Amino acid sequence: MFHWLEKNPFAFALAVFVTIAFAGLIEIIPNFAASSRPVIGTTPYTTLELAGRHVYIKNSCNACHSQLIRPFKSETDRYGDYSLSGEYAYDRPFLWGSKRTGPDLMRVGNYRTTDWHENHMWDPEKVVPGTIMPAYRWMFVNNTDVDTAYAEMVTVKKFFGVPYNEPVPMKDGSTKVIKMAETLHEARKDALEEAKLIVKDMKNQDVIDAVEVGRIPEIVALIAYMNSLK
Amino acid sequence: MENRPLEYDYSVSKLFIYSALAIGFIGMLVGVVIAWEMAFPAINTIFGDGAIAEYTNFSRLRVLHTDSVIYGFVLSGVFSTWYYVGQRVLKVSMAESKALMFIGYAHFWIYMIAALVLVISLFMGVTQSKEYAEFEWPLDLGITIVWLLWGASIAGLIGMRREKTLYVSIWYYIATFLAVAMLHLLNNLAIPTYFASDGIGAWYHSVSMYAGTNDALVQWWFGHNAVAFVLTTPIIAMIYYFLPKESGQAIYSYKLSLLSFWGLMFIYLWAGGHHILFSTVPDWVQTLGSVFSVILILPSWGSAINMLLTMKGEWQQVATNPIIKFMVLGSTFYMFSTLEGPIQAIKSVNAIAHFTDWIIGHVHDGALGWVVFMIMAAVYHMIPRLYGREIYSKKIMATQFWIQTLGIVLYFTSMWIAGITQGMMWRAHDEFGNLAYSFIDTVTVLHPYYIIRAVGGSLYLFGFGLFIYNVVKTMTSGRRVEVSELQNRTPMAD
Repeated sequence: MFHWLEKNPFAFALAVFVTIAFAGLIEIIPNFAASSRPVIGTTPYTTLELAGRHVYIKNSCNACHSQLIRPFKSETDRYGDYSLSGEYAYDRPFLWGSKRTGPDLMRVGNYRTTDWHENHMWDPEKVVPGTIMPAYRWMFVNNTDVDTAYAEMVTVKKFFGVPYNEPVPMKDGSTKVIKMAETLHEARKDALEEAKLIVKDMKNQDVIDAVEVGRIPEIVALIAYMNSLK
Repeated sequence: MENRPLEYDYSVSKLFIYSALAIGFIGMLVGVVIAWEMAFPAINTIFGDGAIAEYTNFSRLRVLHTDSVIYGFVLSGVFSTWYYVGQRVLKVSMAESKALMFIGYAHFWIYMIAALVLVISLFMGVTQSKEYAEFEWPLDLGITIVWLLWGASIAGLIGMRREKTLYVSIWYYIATFLAVAMLHLLNNLAIPTYFASDGIGAWYHSVSMYAGTNDALVQWWFGHNAVAFVLTTPIIAMIYYFLPKESGQAIYSYKLSLLSFWGLMFIYLWAGGHHILFSTVPDWVQTLGSVFSVILILPSWGSAINMLLTMKGEWQQVATNPIIKFMVLGSTFYMFSTLEGPIQAIKSVNAIAHFTDWIIGHVHDGALGWVVFMIMAAVYHMIPRLYGREIYSKKIMATQFWIQTLGIVLYFTSMWIAGITQGMMWRAHDEFGNLAYSFIDTVTVLHPYYIIRAVGGSLYLFGFGLFIYNVVKTMTSGRRVEVSELQNRTPMAD
């Protein structure tokens, strides 16, 4: 049979393709629906949080920070409850990372604050002596791309039924509605309102001034995203 | 006319050799820079902490390193050997078909344009964050075109072939083409947000078709097998051609080739789950990933042993011919790396190794010791035949070999120690059950190992510089040789 295949390239290629293709089918398909079901208490990202997530991705934070707490005592002691599949239901793409040059950030919102992040992103060595993380000062200058975040919200609601503007069940039995604006103009206003809440706890005068005149520096969006990770 | 040997056309092969040399050097240089950045973080802001810092930062450069060496350097090497080996083992010249020549040139130039756009976009931070699949959809389409052009070249040459039976190398090139096409297309399925939202935001942005755990599963099915089918199968294709050719020995066993090829095809794709052990993917997927990773030793070692036994009775060539030396050490590193990988895929070992530098060490002993060594050996074998000149200096080859080998050893030993140290410190508890170390303790302890690694990487880069010098010198001023001198052992001047 193998001799025959080696003389018939088309059949050979077909045989190779079948051999390599079905492992993926068997491993990926069966759990597909179950794996994407959100757990109670998981909400979609708000406009500014999603924009902050884009800042996180743009700067490849995931190259050094994981967002996956494994079910070991040493990890739950350090970072909090281990990760559940449904907590990632609104993560497109997933940001588990593959290397922990720095600590895990899955629940960083539980134990770090806005001013901690502000100081740390400006000068990490001052906050954590001995750190090898570089400063990210351009985030205090560059503007956040709110438009693209809004475009993504519209897209995921349309194609994947992400429950924006719908009641989402919370752990205490209540419900919460995450707002998605009707228009781009309104989305920009929403993001700015969120930014104002963050900036209340910040000291950098340039950032405060920027938000005052309606600009949102990337650092503000990033902190909004960090604070949402719980 | 009929009795004259075929005049093969190597012009496309030459172009890909140039790009392999250039992109290889740049990609490895970026790797060395970020290695030093990890040892001395001040290098991140070497040009100040103003606007430029964004582009000299580890986080932006890291992805440029991985993608430029994998898709820039390694694929250039793979394509250059395809446009050389393909014609020779199929007994057909590219020059016989104008269409094939056109496809070859289009393949090269569109690849170059895509590479340029890719570098700019990664510098700008345009990424979808998935490792080795960072490119946004416009680039994904460009990559698809490049890949299809290569496929057209493979199909074209095979369609015109005079040698009816496909040689082992061709099996591996076909598998590379098919698998990467499948993985690339499925992993990158995404919806462009600009079009879905009727024109809002960045036009190049997209959102993945998969969410969370599913996204991770698809990504590591891709990620693991991108390694398999870019960094393994085409490299095996190379060694199956170049080792017997250079040594004048026949392949040790056809049956072993058969077993290794079909075994690798069947088993490799299952093993992706070992990248996400103890994650939220279903337990049975993790176990499958772990078990198949261990089984993967069989076909991997099958190929490597087949190569080493090809040298049976001719081991003195390892001492006298540096090209053989590169290939034999490459096979050995392949064995080493394909044993280390399965060990890391065992769940209890993975609990320590995952997220640490040990994984980085593993990638690099495979990449530096096996992939790059094999590509360099292939280029050294091809250059005299493409230019009709003898290798400029055997001494430089030998020097380069030992400098680079030392570099690899420094690299992986330091990363082993770093990884295991960090993995053990993360889980260490004191007598009351509290964590023994804060996270920063587990970072500062790595400082000496990061320095050793950076030194190892720098040595390797220096050796690669010697390689480029030797190849360019061969092209321009090597002694001209007759066709009769180019049968097996490559001619080289002392």
